[in-house]
Amino acid sequence: MKPINLLRILLAFMFVFVSTQSFAKTLKWSMQGDSLTLDPHAQNEGPTTQVSRQIYEALVTRGLDMSIGPQLATKWKAVDPNTWYFFLRDDVKFSNGQKMTSEDVVFSILRAKQPTSDFKEYISTISGVKAIDDYTVQIKTSKPNPILLNQLSNIFIMSKKWSTDNFVVAPQNWDAGQETFSATNAMGTGPFKITLREPNTKTVFKKNGKWWGNVEHNITEIQLLPIKNAATRVAALLSGEIDLVTDAPVQDLARISSSGGHKVESTPQMRTIFLGMDQAADKLRTGNTGDNPFKKKEVRQALYQAIDIEAIKKKVMRGLSEPAGIITFPGVTGYTKALDKRLPYDVDAAKKLLADAGYPNGFDVELRCPNDRYVNDEAICTAVVGMLGKIGVNVNLFAQTKSKHFKELKDNQGDFYMLGWGVPTLDSHYVFHYLYETDASWNKVNFSDADVDAAIRVMEGEVDLDKRNAAIAKAWKIVRDNIAYLPLHHQVISWASKSNVNVPIRPNNEPLFRFSSVN
Amino acid sequence: MVMLVVAFVSFSLFTFVGDPINNMVGEETSDKERAELRETLGLMDPIHIQFSRFVVNASKGEFGISYQLRRPVSELISERLPATIELVLISALIALVSGTLLGVYTGINRKGFLSDIILAISLLGVSLPTFVIGILFIYLFAVILGILPSFGRGEVVHFGFWSTGFLTVSGLKAIILPSVTLSLFQMTYIIRLVRAEMMEILQTDYIKFARARGISEKSIHYKHALKNGLIPVITIAGINIGTLIAFSIITETVFQWPGMGFLFIQAVQFVDIPIMSAYLVFIAFVFVMINFIVDILYYFIDPRIRVKAEAVSG
Amino acid sequence: MDNKNLTLLNRIKDSDIYFSFVKSPTAIVSTVILIIIFFCSFFVELVTPYNPFDPSSLSLMDAFTPPSWTEDGLSKFILGTDGQGRDMLATILYGSRISLIVGFSAVIFALVLGVGLGLTAGYFGGKYEMIVMRLTDVQLTVPSILMALLVDGIARGIISRELHDEMAIYVLIFAIGISEWPQFARVSRAATLVEKNKDYVSASTIIGVSNLIIMFKHILPNIMRPVLVIGTIGLALAIIAEATLSFLGVGVPPTTPSLGTLIRLGNDFLFSGEWWITFFPAIFLVILAFSINLLGDWMRDTLNPKLN
Repeated sequence: MKPINLLRILLAFMFVFVSTQSFAKTLKWSMQGDSLTLDPHAQNEGPTTQVSRQIYEALVTRGLDMSIGPQLATKWKAVDPNTWYFFLRDDVKFSNGQKMTSEDVVFSILRAKQPTSDFKEYISTISGVKAIDDYTVQIKTSKPNPILLNQLSNIFIMSKKWSTDNFVVAPQNWDAGQETFSATNAMGTGPFKITLREPNTKTVFKKNGKWWGNVEHNITEIQLLPIKNAATRVAALLSGEIDLVTDAPVQDLARISSSGGHKVESTPQMRTIFLGMDQAADKLRTGNTGDNPFKKKEVRQALYQAIDIEAIKKKVMRGLSEPAGIITFPGVTGYTKALDKRLPYDVDAAKKLLADAGYPNGFDVELRCPNDRYVNDEAICTAVVGMLGKIGVNVNLFAQTKSKHFKELKDNQGDFYMLGWGVPTLDSHYVFHYLYETDASWNKVNFSDADVDAAIRVMEGEVDLDKRNAAIAKAWKIVRDNIAYLPLHHQVISWASKSNVNVPIRPNNEPLFRFSSVN
Repeated sequence: MVMLVVAFVSFSLFTFVGDPINNMVGEETSDKERAELRETLGLMDPIHIQFSRFVVNASKGEFGISYQLRRPVSELISERLPATIELVLISALIALVSGTLLGVYTGINRKGFLSDIILAISLLGVSLPTFVIGILFIYLFAVILGILPSFGRGEVVHFGFWSTGFLTVSGLKAIILPSVTLSLFQMTYIIRLVRAEMMEILQTDYIKFARARGISEKSIHYKHALKNGLIPVITIAGINIGTLIAFSIITETVFQWPGMGFLFIQAVQFVDIPIMSAYLVFIAFVFVMINFIVDILYYFIDPRIRVKAEAVSG
Repeated sequence: MDNKNLTLLNRIKDSDIYFSFVKSPTAIVSTVILIIIFFCSFFVELVTPYNPFDPSSLSLMDAFTPPSWTEDGLSKFILGTDGQGRDMLATILYGSRISLIVGFSAVIFALVLGVGLGLTAGYFGGKYEMIVMRLTDVQLTVPSILMALLVDGIARGIISRELHDEMAIYVLIFAIGISEWPQFARVSRAATLVEKNKDYVSASTIIGVSNLIIMFKHILPNIMRPVLVIGTIGLALAIIAEATLSFLGVGVPPTTPSLGTLIRLGNDFLFSGEWWITFFPAIFLVILAFSINLLGDWMRDTLNPKLN
């Protein structure tokens, strides 16, 4: 070996030794998956947003209590139902020191509307953006949009100069597997910046010293270390290699909190798990009766009443779930306790309903499930299979990884499937727009009702809140009476961490490290 | 030749297994857009042109884009190559050294109590699946004792394209459990091989002559017998590097080791053809190289082959 | 499958090694254990009243019952239940049946292919022999697990998903079998070479007995000993390979779990206190493989001392 190489290695050794000795407040964070891309407009997906949220900021944002508040904009006003003004902070710098102005905001919103953006549908009502002066932005919408602020809270602001310099004026084309600078690098105005990115292995965030905000955290470094296997993730937490797990398996919570030095926090998540049944197809793809039993409401109700949701809650979810009557949850506009009440669990009634519908001996069908998306998804499905077996419905379970599950659902391959739905906008419209509207993109049960569609139009354009709420209530009643879906439960999420780590848990499963501390 | 066959197999994997277009675009994409994409990807060309292009690209290390991760496969592989290589090398070393030592001991002390124990444990080692050992190790050393990490590589240091875990404390600690787990099966194999070699050699005439000449037992065992016994062991161990690479798939899965095996197993579950075919070509390359090196080693170590070869050429 | 074991026993009884068998406690103990396991697995319906794969017979409220001797255990579930309320003992025995079927079928597949090629190669010699031996060399360098993963991966791509679930077990048998045949081929070729030069073969050839009859009627019985040894060790390897593949999630579908699948599913409960869900299948698998290996080791020493 050449002496110079030896010297280099020795130096590396010393460097590492010294760096591990410093008094850094490092927080090691783990979850099952990793961010898919650092480009903030390329993928609208859970872990991706969770990572981007630490580096990038939006005009407005949700705080710890989930209410909308100012972020890069200090205040805003709508001069008419279609014209909004946003007044920006004048003290914001990107982590490279460059000042943020309305130029960057206009650039970023237009970027999120480009064909390769995953947010183009999401903000489709925005028809124009322009800079009035350095710190004022005007946004025009094509029709009155009551949830514009909700939507803007997920549109992250990038630097126009940085994007231009690095040839990422357009978002990364995720579907075509495009490699861009923005996919592996990030430069935002947020409280942290990314210093190392090894996809699916390790991502290092360092404190952004140039952040404009009032520093309430004491973290100098965050390491995101995704661990796919749940048992390995728990082992890593118990052995002290990981400080925080944001998707702790329910079965291990008791063990973690009793181990000493660890704590567990749980909160209802903004996500409802349910089963869908294709009620439009003439013939089930996986059936044996030559017709489609799901077309009959009695059959759908029989399946509903055959499911012992309390048993699933107790055994599969270990008490950490809230049985659901509708696919939305407290805190969402339009939610009421009365709507959220389930039909009673009653095997005899279910059998009778099936017989009345003309299927006294049940029928065969395949249930499609993801096995790595929701809390104990596959176990829930297995339990459902057993329960439906008791009323004679012979269900064949097909569980697979989430990306294939969702893709094949979108390709209309499912007769009977599991899905979970969150409501990032905290408004019922989001649920109806995607799950119930005729031919909606995730309406894979092919539910269609003219009155519901009409109510959705009202939700989109009506600014009179009373009239709008009446439309929401009416729509919920129709879909609930029709048993368009089989609701199961509202998911409860649990975060497990070392006792000295304080990361406030949030119902959208998104940590905000700017409010976190390591003692 | 072998490489060409493998290349063809992985090419057919690529071409005939599923439509790459369907894997790349959403269902909203129109037929016209699909046709255009097909054209740009060169999927309309005759098969032999596609194949020669595949071979040319493969030799440059280009295998397209992963369906699942949407990143170039060559990049994914080169990112994960160092992790697998380091794991396999350390495991091979552990297996070779401890396997030889224990093998020699049991070979010399055929009837000893300790020998019986070692052999029984080695038989148990063959009966314990690697993944069970891995889970046991994690539970014991990481969770109960809390002395070794349960996953990952720890801190790595980058030297150009290479990343190594050998230069940090956490990196060295992280490699212990996976490498021991991976080496156990090979180790039992080497113990048995060395033992058999030792027993056979100790029966040969030249050892008997050495004994008759009054050379000390120690010298006979280590100077004469072991030296001759090691030749097949080293060649076998060389061949088994390939086996270790294959078995690292399991170890990497259990310990979340960010290597190629872990990448591959996820690719199999997802039917991510570009990664699968790239891994196949890579493994084939490794095997061809190993066989080539072992053939050369044989030539130098075993005089009989050399004599034969010279006789033929002369 | 049980018959095979019985003929094996008869064979041993008739031969000169019966004496050696009764003298070896390890051989006796492992054989007894194996007979018990084989019996319970193949006649599981007689051993346990539960059918863990009839979903309508399960009650979710029975889930996570600990083994009967622990505090919260129930006497009707001796080894406890899993997360869906399935009786662990029944689940393990059904799983073991799948593992054994895959193991035996893979070994028989490898045996037929390997002995067939090895025997003919040794008997006919020439270019054919060279090609077969070259093939074994190449095959031997490809590790079994990789071979199996590749076969499985290709199968997943080629055949449709519904078909794959049905075919999974055959794919698995083929994948494991294909990686074990070279051992059989090498051993049977070597043994054939020895037998070929014996007088009785030359005599048969002279009186005009056909090649086929000589090979399969005369030579084959004489090379069965080493083949049986390889087969026994191969069975343990096949069972472990199957468990490994199922653990990696590319083996048999979870609807018909083998021992490896059970360990993988139980792995999720390793830290939650429900240790029996992963522990019992794992220990069962180890006992099974260890017993077969012990028997194989003894057979190797007794039947064929020359074989490594």
